[in-house]
Amino acid sequence: MAKLKVVHYINQFFAQIGGEEKADYPAELRVGEVVGPGMALTQQFGEDAEIVATIICGDSYFNENLDKAKADILAMVKEQAPDVFVAGPAFNAGRYGVACGTIAAAVQEELGIPAVTGMYVENPGADMFKTKVYIVSTKNSAAGMRDAVKKLAPLAVKVGRGEVIGASSEEGYIPNGVRVNFFEKERGSVRAVKMLIKKLNDKPFETEFPMPDFDRVDPNPAVKDLAHAKVALVTSGGIVPKGNPDHIESSSASHYGEYDIAGVMDLTEETYETAHGGYDPVYANEDSDRVLPVDVLRDLEKEGRIGELHHLFYTTTGNGTAVASSKAFAEEFSKKLKNDGVDAVILTST
Amino acid sequence: MVKEVERAGIPVVHVCTVTPISMTVGANRIVPAIAIPHPLGNPALDKDEEKALRRKIVEKALSALETEVEGQTIFD
Repeated sequence: MAKLKVVHYINQFFAQIGGEEKADYPAELRVGEVVGPGMALTQQFGEDAEIVATIICGDSYFNENLDKAKADILAMVKEQAPDVFVAGPAFNAGRYGVACGTIAAAVQEELGIPAVTGMYVENPGADMFKTKVYIVSTKNSAAGMRDAVKKLAPLAVKVGRGEVIGASSEEGYIPNGVRVNFFEKERGSVRAVKMLIKKLNDKPFETEFPMPDFDRVDPNPAVKDLAHAKVALVTSGGIVPKGNPDHIESSSASHYGEYDIAGVMDLTEETYETAHGGYDPVYANEDSDRVLPVDVLRDLEKEGRIGELHHLFYTTTGNGTAVASSKAFAEEFSKKLKNDGVDAVILTST
Repeated sequence: MVKEVERAGIPVVHVCTVTPISMTVGANRIVPAIAIPHPLGNPALDKDEEKALRRKIVEKALSALETEVEGQTIFD
């Protein structure tokens, strides 16, 4: 069988062009080049497939210039006319995951070329695109590359050849809501009894009928009288007093910070900075108001548009931080906000 | 975090650049921002223009808080 032609999409980081300072790198096509994770894929493909071109695009560039980036990359893919398109894997990098999902789905829908990608299940790109394109489930960091490629390469070959794709548990992709029949080794009664015994012994067991996860919260009623309301600021953009006194991690934060801004009229380069390691910090370090708009809210407070700006703000870095952690942080500080009589919150994200 | 603030009973507006992520996460009041590394600013502008731009976004966020919404709403 002839080798399948593969076009591979990666971001500026995996292409070793640079980190966040290069995240605005526009889409680039490298014909005949295998770059970064493409090496591992190539090894895994063996005789089945080969990467004929690599497309590289900065994560911020892609997400901020969505239409243009998508159109440019689609044109590049079309020109190469591959049998299959592979994006990532993106692990737990949010913007990269969204880019991989967006472009893989677009290649499939608009060019009719089968596509696969890979990422961590909590990557926002996973929820957004799991029903549109096969997304191999990976670990949450690039340390899981080997494991990811082992699943990604064979799945790419299968979809490239138009073979039948098995159930998510067999192929290693994130469940996409499509049921696939297969034969279990043991009959239902045996499996049920085994599961029950595990449950009675407080041992972990896996249900065969997982409930869908619809975690939605209804919106609260609008604020009636902002002119007398207490407004608080919260951010996942990692704004902290200069020097990051509580050592909030630049990624995978283990805690949040609570800082007093009583009397602070303006965040300056000398007094505040960002601890976030997931975006280019130059602009936030120059002027943290660009992420946490204290200066403008002080003006609006003076003019009576809002009653007051709450004297505490809450902050963490949203970069690679587990959903469970951010949920726990917010549960805790929301109670404090409530006790302090805060009427409304502006939450900013980078 | 947006959802937990909302769950605690405090109206919240999410100001962010990649609004599809905010939709997936489950924010109800969403105001689009300028760019990922400077959501409420634009270093290409001079100081006054930049502050005016920031004020516009904050004012939009405040009016989003004053608006009743049924479900997830992006205030463009």
